[in-house]
Amino acid sequence: MGEKYLMKGNEALGEAAIIAGCDAYFGYPITPQNELTAYMSKRMLEEGRVFVQSESEVAAINMVFGAAGAGKRTMTSSSSPGVSLKQEGISYLAGAQLPAVIVNVMRGGPGLGNISPAQGDYYQATRGGGNGDYRLIVFAPNSVQEMADDVMDAFYLADKYRMPAMVMADGMLGQMMEPVEFKEPKSRKDLPAKDWALTGAKGRPRNIVRSLMLGGTGLYEHNEVLRKIYAQVEAAEARHEELETADAEVTLVAYGSASRACIGAVRHLRAAGKKVGLIRPRVIWPYPYKALEKQAEKSKKFLVVEMNLGQMVDDVRIGVAGKAPVEFYGYAGGWIPTVKEVVDRVNQML
Amino acid sequence: MPKGKVVINKEKCKGCELCIAACPKKVLGLSEDFNTKGYRYSTPLHPEECIGCGFCAMMCPDVAIEVYREE
Amino acid sequence: MKNVYKKPESMTSATTIYCPGCHHGIAHRLIAEVIDELGIADRTIGIAPVGCAALAYDYFDIDFSETPHGRAPAVATGLKLTQPDRVVFTYQGDGDLASIGAAEILHLANRGFNITTIFINNAIYGMTGGQMAPTTLEGQKTTTTPFGRDLKVHGHPMKVSEILTNAAGVAYIARGAVYDPKHVMETKKMIKKAFQNQIDGKGFSMVEILSTCPTNWGLSPLDAVEWLKKNMEPFYPLGVKKDIDQEQ
Repeated sequence: MGEKYLMKGNEALGEAAIIAGCDAYFGYPITPQNELTAYMSKRMLEEGRVFVQSESEVAAINMVFGAAGAGKRTMTSSSSPGVSLKQEGISYLAGAQLPAVIVNVMRGGPGLGNISPAQGDYYQATRGGGNGDYRLIVFAPNSVQEMADDVMDAFYLADKYRMPAMVMADGMLGQMMEPVEFKEPKSRKDLPAKDWALTGAKGRPRNIVRSLMLGGTGLYEHNEVLRKIYAQVEAAEARHEELETADAEVTLVAYGSASRACIGAVRHLRAAGKKVGLIRPRVIWPYPYKALEKQAEKSKKFLVVEMNLGQMVDDVRIGVAGKAPVEFYGYAGGWIPTVKEVVDRVNQML
Repeated sequence: MPKGKVVINKEKCKGCELCIAACPKKVLGLSEDFNTKGYRYSTPLHPEECIGCGFCAMMCPDVAIEVYREE
Repeated sequence: MKNVYKKPESMTSATTIYCPGCHHGIAHRLIAEVIDELGIADRTIGIAPVGCAALAYDYFDIDFSETPHGRAPAVATGLKLTQPDRVVFTYQGDGDLASIGAAEILHLANRGFNITTIFINNAIYGMTGGQMAPTTLEGQKTTTTPFGRDLKVHGHPMKVSEILTNAAGVAYIARGAVYDPKHVMETKKMIKKAFQNQIDGKGFSMVEILSTCPTNWGLSPLDAVEWLKKNMEPFYPLGVKKDIDQEQ
């Protein structure tokens, strides 16, 4: 700790997961996250932990289900079409209240798409790509440092609330190299004991890991339990960063790689005397609606910048609640905005 | 007069040398110069030895070779 | 002089994206030659995998479909059953067929629908940069077996052809190689039989082709051939594994 390393996002995330105590990693090759699987294939074995290159992304998420059911810290990673395959397993993890970390290094879609960075899976991550009324805590890093920090927080919060958590990166964050300093993971002593885990029923009543609750009101009651937990998460875990928002006439809203161009655009525009700011969600579920509600009192216009055809913009409209116009700028198909593009777009609005 | 002749499309050739190894008469070898992709390409260094067996074309993954044989 | 070899009609003139010496190009060419010789180009539909051959449709001048990773046998089922007089073949690598697609190929082989599968086994994942495949050999180093494949950690390599011979609907399974003209000629015969079987309505046919991956094995194309002969061939023996025509 305290040392800085120059690492690829994918690999920094892997090392941070290991430091956070990931007991088992299950993954399958897919570009642009292969460096993470390859890194884990070496480091997990060096640390005496579990690594399996599964036969598919479906198998991997189910291996995660198993390891999570054993009460272990476990992670899988993939990219967009592979994360589509995991949706059933993610829904099951949520229904069975199993903590786990899923990493999506997003690429262009839909379908096989391409291998360039994209943010086209926002709806899938925050509106439940799988069936049923579940939520995931979804982290939105925009740097290699945040990739490392967020995966550590993901393990912690997944354990705290007994639910799966996701880290939403993209192909650029996964591939680029930046300095990273690995933090001390939060102590587990305040986390609830995993007395529900399937460790063998010796000396205790048996545990069952399930999401099926047939007959009577079992499933209704179970969903009420989930509802309560999700309300707690919404109240406590929304987080965002603000840049020059105090007097912003136009407020940008962006996350991940799109936010990096927006940061550059804010600096550029401010240097030219324009009043522009940025709200950057650090977690996209729960969403920082309150921050947007507050900002809508001050800002005349909002511009949402996403690497897709417009998904997070829906959440910004919810937060702003009609108090100001919300515009959208973005493209799908593997694209990263440039500072100039965002500056030009904002200048049209000012 | 050789019994056979091969015509190799130098732009399709990737210099893999599978044809060179397969030729029973050691007709083929890599060129000194490069094609526009930067590969040294296979070329008949000893065309007079060619018997038109077609082994080179059988091996070529890039369908870069046409073979001719005396009737 | 008479032209005795030129590009098959059912191949396009496109230059492939395959690496120098990759055996995909040879396999593609043999399939195209067989399609030409059987005169079936205008009623043949190919199905490309996810892998290096994801763009196979750029190299064949016939109808072609993409599919999600591993699902080619399922897509083939949809295409064939709705048009039984067409010739439908899947072209899959070891990741596509034996890893994520294991359930799909098992069910196609067991159902025995009249479909042909060409299975390219190069003991590695090519397109994604050299990870372990189900067919990676014990001790083989890949990007996800950096210390070499360890049977205890990574499990055993998979002998796909042998496993599938027990499936109920199989008419023909053979394993070939294309590393020299003799084997190219033998494997072409296997491919022709696999397509003829479909035309004759005999059931499911598959040809597994041991192939090199020079780039991800870290060897020159010719050294890769030697590695294949020395390491893959003893573990994955060549030859016909099942042929219902021989059993009568």
